[in-house]
Amino acid sequence: MFGMRVRVALAEKGIEYERREDNLANKSQFLLEMNPIHKKVPVLIHNKKPICESLIIVQYIEEVWKDKSPLLPSDPYQRAQARFWGDFIDKKVYESGTKIWTTKGEELEKAKKDFIESLKLLEGELGDEPYFGGEEFGYLDVALITFYSWFHAYETIGDFSIEQHCPKLMEWVKRCMERESVSKSLGDPHKICDFVLMLRKKYGIDQ
Amino acid sequence: MAEVKLFGCWYSRFSWRVEMALKLKGVEYEFIDEDLSNKSPLLLKYNPIHKKVPVLLHNGKPIAESSVIIEYIDETWEGPSILPQDPYERAMARFWVKFIDEKCGVAMWKAFSSPGEEGEKAIEEAAQLLKYLEEEIKGKKFFGGENIGLVDISANFIGYWFGIIQKIVGLELLTKEKYPNLCEWIDGYINHSFIKDNLPPKDKMTEAFKAYARPGY
Repeated sequence: MFGMRVRVALAEKGIEYERREDNLANKSQFLLEMNPIHKKVPVLIHNKKPICESLIIVQYIEEVWKDKSPLLPSDPYQRAQARFWGDFIDKKVYESGTKIWTTKGEELEKAKKDFIESLKLLEGELGDEPYFGGEEFGYLDVALITFYSWFHAYETIGDFSIEQHCPKLMEWVKRCMERESVSKSLGDPHKICDFVLMLRKKYGIDQ
Repeated sequence: MAEVKLFGCWYSRFSWRVEMALKLKGVEYEFIDEDLSNKSPLLLKYNPIHKKVPVLLHNGKPIAESSVIIEYIDETWEGPSILPQDPYERAMARFWVKFIDEKCGVAMWKAFSSPGEEGEKAIEEAAQLLKYLEEEIKGKKFFGGENIGLVDISANFIGYWFGIIQKIVGLELLTKEKYPNLCEWIDGYINHSFIKDNLPPKDKMTEAFKAYARPGY
């Protein structure tokens, strides 16, 4: 979901780029050179200089291409709120979501509870606005929408429905998916679910 | 009512950073020292999600998470810039702060506070991670260049806190022999005209952190 964020941001700004897929099970030498510390995707290379960490990259894109489709509000307090919630998504939503697909039994149930709670908090933050950015699609929308591609996997493994708990959030998801920048950047939820189920089997998580 | 209030803790590395950012900008603020074992209702009201310090209250509006607060301070008040101007340099500064907070600092804290195998593993991990900072500071006076910036302020755990707490448990992780460049930066840091008068006293810190040290030290 992290690489997708960068693709959404670049698409929102109408920036052309070359995309390189990496095999995460067998990372390329190039990727390891560009991100020696974390050895992860995504890495944006702009004018030969690498930038790592998805939300840092999104902020970089925002600052370099500041005249096109701004993603962050101009008011410092609202920017702070967007950054706060972006950090919350990276920690709480990602952590609990990951625990859903990597655990079972009691741990899985707890992870589900935490995950739903986190989404509910975000739903509260959205309120009655069309986007987290208010009238306009913005930074926080970019930060969260890419997790949608993993919802089907979480729901299948955890045996629950996100829509049931967070109907307003799912309306927001549908709204975002109408944007080409989003629909063309997100991974196929079924492919992701199959992949994750395969990993669960491989690591004997279900046994 | 003071326009700017900061809910913090005198020995918290996170709230110290925010204080430094405010002081750099010459902002007057009221500091509310929290007892972390008995957090005030106001703190819990202003940071219901994480229930942690620091929380900045500006004109009644709360902001939580130290790196978010510092960027807010940089954007709101005039004065010396805390983050660099150039977008690439800004991205690099944010990257290093995240690395310090989420990787290096976490391992170093566990090296100090976790017992048994977890602690031992953390020592090894921290030793590896510090090498990246050792490399990054090479040839530079400060992480921010000629003067202190976001990364230097945010590396306070490495610059001052850890030297004190590693002594409590008899750990020799951050030493001149292993990290000569980093230790040179530390010397410059704690003697920096702005920093040195704002560091919490060593003896009080030692007392306060004994409670968090790994058992049986």
